Amino acid sequence: MHKLLLQNLWRSPMTIPAPAPSEQALAELGAQVDQAARRRLGRSLAIRQVDAGSCNGCELEIHALHNAFYDLERFGFHFVASPRHADVLLVTGPVTANMREALERTYAATPDPKWVVAVGDCGRDGGVFAGSYACVGGVAEVIPVDLHIPGCPPSPTQLLEGLLALL
Amino acid sequence: MHAQSLQAILDAGQPVAAHRPWPRFVVTPDIWNTLIEGLADSAWTLLGLWGELGLVHLAVHEEGSGMLGVASLPCPAGCFPSVGRRHPPAQRLERTIADLVGLQPVDAPDIRPWLDHGRWPVRYPLGAATAPTTTMPPYRFLAVEGESLHQIPVGPVHAGIIEPGHFRFTANGEAVARLEQRLGYVHKGIESLLNGATLERAARLVGRVSGDSTVAYALAFARAAEAATETEVPARAHWLRALMAELERLANHCGDIGAICNDAAFALMLAHCAVLREQILRASAAGFGHRLLMDRVVPGGVAADLSVEGVSVLQSLVAEIRRQFPALVTLYDNTASLQDRTAKTGFVKPTLIRQFGCGGYVGRAGGRAFDARRTLGYPPYDVLKFEIPLRTDSDVNGRVWLRICEVEQSLSLIEQILQKLPSGPVRVALKTPGQPCESLALVEGFRGDILLWLRLNGDGTVARCHPRDPSWFQWPLLEAAIEGNIVADFPLCNKSFNGSYSGHDL
Repeated sequence: MHKLLLQNLWRSPMTIPAPAPSEQALAELGAQVDQAARRRLGRSLAIRQVDAGSCNGCELEIHALHNAFYDLERFGFHFVASPRHADVLLVTGPVTANMREALERTYAATPDPKWVVAVGDCGRDGGVFAGSYACVGGVAEVIPVDLHIPGCPPSPTQLLEGLLALL
Repeated sequence: MHAQSLQAILDAGQPVAAHRPWPRFVVTPDIWNTLIEGLADSAWTLLGLWGELGLVHLAVHEEGSGMLGVASLPCPAGCFPSVGRRHPPAQRLERTIADLVGLQPVDAPDIRPWLDHGRWPVRYPLGAATAPTTTMPPYRFLAVEGESLHQIPVGPVHAGIIEPGHFRFTANGEAVARLEQRLGYVHKGIESLLNGATLERAARLVGRVSGDSTVAYALAFARAAEAATETEVPARAHWLRALMAELERLANHCGDIGAICNDAAFALMLAHCAVLREQILRASAAGFGHRLLMDRVVPGGVAADLSVEGVSVLQSLVAEIRRQFPALVTLYDNTASLQDRTAKTGFVKPTLIRQFGCGGYVGRAGGRAFDARRTLGYPPYDVLKFEIPLRTDSDVNGRVWLRICEVEQSLSLIEQILQKLPSGPVRVALKTPGQPCESLALVEGFRGDILLWLRLNGDGTVARCHPRDPSWFQWPLLEAAIEGNIVADFPLCNKSFNGSYSGHDL
């Protein structure tokens, strides 16, 4: 018995090295966790609206998203008071020179990952106000834009269609 | 009462040809100063103050005689006697003239820039435009002195879905000792864009000065263009314009009533009022093809006629609102916790309202019975039956009730218009003026009276156009309304005013 123990002590172990985890199993587990997370947490976006020089027309229609006809919150969207709580910046207006810095700072205050949605014809390229000394002209001139929802102003239905595409 | 009538004072100046329907006079500094004294003595009301290269214009209204007139003072030295020195409502307008045109008000009490935040590539865009040579120093807010005061800076980006502006509160504990506004963040340079624009483009631009008042602005521009070119608009167009204007008033008042209550955390009213508003916008789209009725009122008439089906959609709308609205009024009236927040909150002294010539629900809730629809009686209001609701409580509650009464008046007006709508064409081509011509228009938007001054070139393009939002004379009174109130009541006071940022900033 002593001899046997001594032999085992001097011999290298027979245990094979650990194999890499199965790619397939990992993918399967990952999908399950993702599904569970989406079920519990996902399909929800916090939106911070920024008026960067609009005529207020777009704001009126964004407000309408809250009424009983459109009921935006049933889709998991909700508007938040601070950019620090936001996933999405919903930006309107031709970006006036006087609002440029405020927009840049709002963008900087929004945590990553974030999306920017430019609303209205003004948000796309300045609209009827393009070419003015007081307008930068289009949200994309100032911060990166992921989605444009055109219209003057876009109807609540058009706004919903655009936002749902983001989910 | 002032010793001389407005007419007599203006008659001493040089009348300008082709300024319609009210006269314009080129005046001397003496006449200018007499007019300022009349403003300070409340003999007449300031309607507008604006400038152009080498010239400053003052529009006034004398209540007793109904006289409206424009006085223009040449400014060869680049300056003019300050109106704001004797008449505070003119101060922000003068600061704007200094920013945009470069004409300096002499002896003005406040010479800080107003719309120019030092971020434009140009100075004096409406005057002798030059590139800025120096950077603008930081804005100086007014000093507030005293123990235990603290400041709360708010904006320009606000917490809700609203327009941007900066509010600087100085508070003593909960009570507001001073609110100072700083506006101009949404200045888009609309007046510069209007210079040289065709009538069609100009109408689109003016229709976007303040999106919530697009009908009223388009109406002001159309009426000015028609007065300048002496174009007669078909009767049906007048009636359809009034129909759209009342739909706009109805939609905004319903939205405001709900939103004011929501700012007192009474969300039920907002939920119901928002449904009413949505029904109005949908009926507007069904009748005229645009929810906010943008670009429907055009120089020469209207761009969309109302079909028979449209009439019945609007008739059903009125019936539906008449069915739903009274229960909401009762709810407001019977909710003591809500009235506890709105009654006595945000009181504005009626003397201030008169001094500022403050229009709309803010003015009429504070006893000033001015409504351009009645005072000027432009068609078809001259043949329609309606009352101008008036109150004297001048607080948030009064401004809510004034809107409630105006909703009822607008419903009645819409019914009358739908019943008596004349048939016929809805649009005529505008005459080409041939030579420069000018005009002034004053129309009643939902927020108050909108003034628009227009000069056309001989080819019918715009030489100069100045729209003046009612908010110019309402924003300063919000600073007075909040004094002594608690900070938490500011949203209530602010919403009860619902001043326009875009309309003011231009």
